[in-house]
Amino acid sequence: MTAHLQSLFSSRLKRSIRLGLRSLWLHRLRSLLTMLGIVFGVCSVIAMLAIGEGASFEAQEQIKNLGSQNIILRSVKPPEDQKVSNNQNNFTLDYGLKYEDISRIQATIPGVTTIVPARVMREYVWNITLRVDAEVVGTVSWYPAMRNHRVASGRFFTETDQLAAENVCALGAEMAQRLFPMEEPLGKTVRIGEQYYRVIGVMEPLTKAKTDDTGQSSTQQAVDRMFIPLETAKRRYGEVLFKRRSGSFERERVALHEVTVKVEDPEQVVAVSLAVKDLMERNHKKKDYDVVVPLELLRQKEKTKRIFNIVLGSIAAISLLVGGIGIMNIMLANVTERTREIGIRRALGAKRKDIVTQFLIEAVLLSGAGGALGVMLGVAIPFVVSSVAGMKTIITPLSPIAAFTISALVGVIFGLYPALRAAKMDPVEALRHE
Amino acid sequence: MPQPIVSLQEVRRSYKMGDVVVEALRGLSLDIAAGEYVAIMGPSGCGKSTLLNLLGCLDRPTSGHYLLGGTDISSLDDDELSDIRGRRLGFIFQSYNLIQQLNILENIEVPLFYQGRSEEEARAIAIGLAKRVGLERRLDHKPFELSGGQQQRVAIARALASDPLVILADEATGNLDSTSGREILALFDELNQAGKTLIMVTHDASVGERAQRVVRLSDGQLESDTRRSA
Repeated sequence: MTAHLQSLFSSRLKRSIRLGLRSLWLHRLRSLLTMLGIVFGVCSVIAMLAIGEGASFEAQEQIKNLGSQNIILRSVKPPEDQKVSNNQNNFTLDYGLKYEDISRIQATIPGVTTIVPARVMREYVWNITLRVDAEVVGTVSWYPAMRNHRVASGRFFTETDQLAAENVCALGAEMAQRLFPMEEPLGKTVRIGEQYYRVIGVMEPLTKAKTDDTGQSSTQQAVDRMFIPLETAKRRYGEVLFKRRSGSFERERVALHEVTVKVEDPEQVVAVSLAVKDLMERNHKKKDYDVVVPLELLRQKEKTKRIFNIVLGSIAAISLLVGGIGIMNIMLANVTERTREIGIRRALGAKRKDIVTQFLIEAVLLSGAGGALGVMLGVAIPFVVSSVAGMKTIITPLSPIAAFTISALVGVIFGLYPALRAAKMDPVEALRHE
Repeated sequence: MPQPIVSLQEVRRSYKMGDVVVEALRGLSLDIAAGEYVAIMGPSGCGKSTLLNLLGCLDRPTSGHYLLGGTDISSLDDDELSDIRGRRLGFIFQSYNLIQQLNILENIEVPLFYQGRSEEEARAIAIGLAKRVGLERRLDHKPFELSGGQQQRVAIARALASDPLVILADEATGNLDSTSGREILALFDELNQAGKTLIMVTHDASVGERAQRVVRLSDGQLESDTRRSA
């Protein structure tokens, strides 16, 4: 019995849908124009969401590379000294992070597990005639674990290399490729100035920072890093670095360029970072350092993304509202035009709910078709954007489904009033209508 | 006299037009037996259309009772009235009132679907009726592709689809030329001979003559009720 009723219901529904499609087809242009509102609304939301999602995924990936439990301190040349150094050639700049900073942090701030000091020198790295402009990073053996930057082949240097101040190095993936395009880099040597370093490892490629805020680095590649033991760096370079720039010459004394502090408890990262900032402020007269908290950056990114989503959601809501009003408008015209038909159907036994269903189905077909078209376009546009502009886009499966469902719902909401109006008509009046 | 199929008892129907109350029917009583062929006549404004709307269950009397096949219409709600219209009544209008975007067959099927008949059942009945009115070769034509007479025959087939107790015709030949009109009237005769109850509203005396019984209205009241002896 229930099965029978069900089949009856579904055949009725099928018939109503067919009828609805036919009457929409009768006014093809009008139906299409009405749908456009929904189409553009749905398509723009899906496309924008996919592009936004892609951008924020990249940003988050970048931040994750820094390590969410880490606090990164960097030496920064104080701005007022920059001017001085340009004028006076023989002046040695003394700034940045000191070894004392490390011991102070370790001694006074609880919750800090590991500290990775690093010296960073900008150098040309040679393999016979191939040259790469790279950052030479003198650091400790646990750097890869701390920065989530793994070794792809070979090994990183060990404590033993460190103590012996060996001339060994691990190359970044990109520079390994450029220095040794045709051969296996492991076991080969690279030259920096007069020093030769044996390649013992190649790092995994980092997820590329593609566009920064200036939006121009898609061509300019992130500088590759080459890692050598900190002890080696100290011996080969000393404390004072010479920089030769176009015509000028400057010396600067920087003990450490970069210090990564790992916090034991992820919950404590912000608290520890505050303590570190406070400690640094008390011990450095000038602001010759910078504290970066990846977790904070991550939170900020998430916040901006949330705001972005809210803005997007409101745009979606507005465009669906406009689309819905368009549907309501057309359905009202439709009902007026077909007053006579409504009268006929009522005379032939149609109940009010039959009339409501008929017009509601038409409205939902309109908005649903608009939604489906919008989803198709909205899924296609990110593909085009990724292939043409090279931007990463991510379509979350939820967004097309939600967009389609909501647009169908818009049909129900905005179709209801015209449908009810159609059903409420007096059959006698409707039959008399010309 | 057998149990009447249509029974009006002191039926009144008044409309409010602004502040004025217009009484279209003032206490009309009328019984129609099964198988009768009745013409309702009278000058315009006499209440013919009001009466037809009431008989067709499109409207309810202000007071009085209307029994159709023993059911008191005045006590039914909108859904029940729709059901009665669909199952017990067949309408034939002056302007045919076919649904333009549907073809002939689909037009005939419309009342059947509102009764919840299945697709196959409805199709079979509709084809049978189209044959009966002589349109079996135009099943997939749209109404505007047919002549007035043909359209009216489709409307008759549609009125017969639910095998109604009563067929109501409102000036059914009013829009037709005399030849087509005669054909339609011949079809009515045929239906009546097959046992259908027909109630026809007309102001054309020559049309009214075809009926066995002529009811004349004047000013919302029964003026005369004459039976033609067969």
